[in-house]
Amino acid sequence: MKISREQVEHVARLARLALADEELDALTGEMDAILGYVEKLNNLNTDHVVPTAHAVPMENAFRDDRIGPSLGTQKAVANAPEAADGCFVVPKVIE
Amino acid sequence: MSLTDLTLRAIQQRLQARELTSVDLTRAFLDRIAAVDGRINAFLTVTGEQALADAALADRRLDEGRGDALTGIPLALKDVFVTEGVRTTCASRILDNFIPPYDGTAVARLKAQGAVLLGKLNMDEFAMGSSNENSGYSPVRNPWNPDYVPGGSSGGSAACVAARMAAATLGTDTGGSIRQPASHCGVVGLKPTYGRVSRYGVVAYASSLDQVGPIARDVEDCAMLLQAVAGHDPADATSVTLPVPDYCAALKDGVKGLKIGLPREYFIEGLDPEVQKALEQAIAALGDAGAEFVQVSLPHTDYAVACYYIISTAEASSNLARYDGVRFGRRVDRGQGLIDMFMQSRAAGFGPEVKRRIMLGTYALSSGYYDAYYLKAQKVRTLIRQDFLDAFDRADVLLTPVAPTPAFKLGEKTADPLQMYLSDIFTIPANLAGTCAMSVPCGVSAEGLPIGLQLIGRPFDEATLLRAGYAFQQTGDWHQRPAPL
Repeated sequence: MKISREQVEHVARLARLALADEELDALTGEMDAILGYVEKLNNLNTDHVVPTAHAVPMENAFRDDRIGPSLGTQKAVANAPEAADGCFVVPKVIE
Repeated sequence: MSLTDLTLRAIQQRLQARELTSVDLTRAFLDRIAAVDGRINAFLTVTGEQALADAALADRRLDEGRGDALTGIPLALKDVFVTEGVRTTCASRILDNFIPPYDGTAVARLKAQGAVLLGKLNMDEFAMGSSNENSGYSPVRNPWNPDYVPGGSSGGSAACVAARMAAATLGTDTGGSIRQPASHCGVVGLKPTYGRVSRYGVVAYASSLDQVGPIARDVEDCAMLLQAVAGHDPADATSVTLPVPDYCAALKDGVKGLKIGLPREYFIEGLDPEVQKALEQAIAALGDAGAEFVQVSLPHTDYAVACYYIISTAEASSNLARYDGVRFGRRVDRGQGLIDMFMQSRAAGFGPEVKRRIMLGTYALSSGYYDAYYLKAQKVRTLIRQDFLDAFDRADVLLTPVAPTPAFKLGEKTADPLQMYLSDIFTIPANLAGTCAMSVPCGVSAEGLPIGLQLIGRPFDEATLLRAGYAFQQTGDWHQRPAPL
């Protein structure tokens, strides 16, 4: 087994996904099969290979530090499930 | 011939000669959508009233002689493009009620030219899928046969063009999501080089792979639509500052002396015999037109799918962290605190394939596994990219299949995610290499399903890719055959 059910539960917590027992069962098998398949990457020796983050070589894209138009608070909060006074409202974090 | 059968180029000529009004044309496409989309399911949102209003404005602009290349032309967009004031779902229930407050750059460029937008197109949820069965709403059906999938993830965009419900569409391609559905629906789809088109205002899936591109009736229409959206955008730091050539200028120069590479790893056992035969006929036709063929090798092809499903899921798990029920999208709050709200909102809003990819990606990036999976995949990506650069020393473009088989039936591959992933084997490498590639119709199977060929070009050499595709079209009429709808 490449991955255990306990590991899958742990990853679900990291990913902030509340998964049902049946979902965790199914994912354990599916992830195991996929991780088994990607194991083939280890057939390649990559000791001296530089990783590719972007396929097209790129340098930092700098711009002048100048104030431009932005979305504005009203539009920014318009899609929020809950908003008040131009702020996003979330469940209480600190008791 | 009905108005909806006209190509983008033919529409442009008639609109600019004022032989046709944008309002009449837009009404014809809206009527077509009303008549056939009940069977295809390509549209998630139709913006009919707005389209007719925009068409009237376009007609005035054309009357005054102020028309641009796409003024008055009815187009439609994959629902991955954010559109100001028009619901954008990415075919996910988590974005069911999302009304974007701005237009992305590609959309803004189309609007600035006066293009008429008919609506937003169905897709696999968050662009994750090869069959459109992962739509959070309902699957798209192939206009050639509704029992078959249209491909994915831009299945709505390809089916829309094939069913003549818009003159052309925009899609996105992360591992084949423009080319594979274009192939399955008998239309032309182009994935430009990474960095050629701005992705500002495109809902992100895997940011080192995603690219915007056109799906259209023929190669010339693709060139026209690419022209409108290509070019640097300060709002997308990954868009390049290279000048945009005139893609239509050299389109008709032919393939005499053009070196076309045939990668041996793409012509393998297991390739559907009808796909094989269609490609052999295409190769012969291009040879008759003056192209030269060379054998090339892309030795790391067999590792591409494994490499892709680590890199794309890792990037997806990071990109999709933003759906947390706070700033937009669905919230499920049981009154058990912030973390519980995150977990419940995401569990309720995402579909099974999206959850699967977030899980895989989170695992690949998690402490203790990063080097073994993500870093390893990035190194293999270097080898795959180098394969292409070496092949382009010997060939100007490469010719390959788009998919191992024609379209498959709905439900045929849903039980086994890995089998579904393997259907992208010929399209994924171009995304990993970051280069441009295009699907062009080259046959129809005995069952009546379209077959496409893939042309892969050098980075930022879309012009040669388009020239080769155009030359191929002159050898036959596959791109002109309508879906028997």
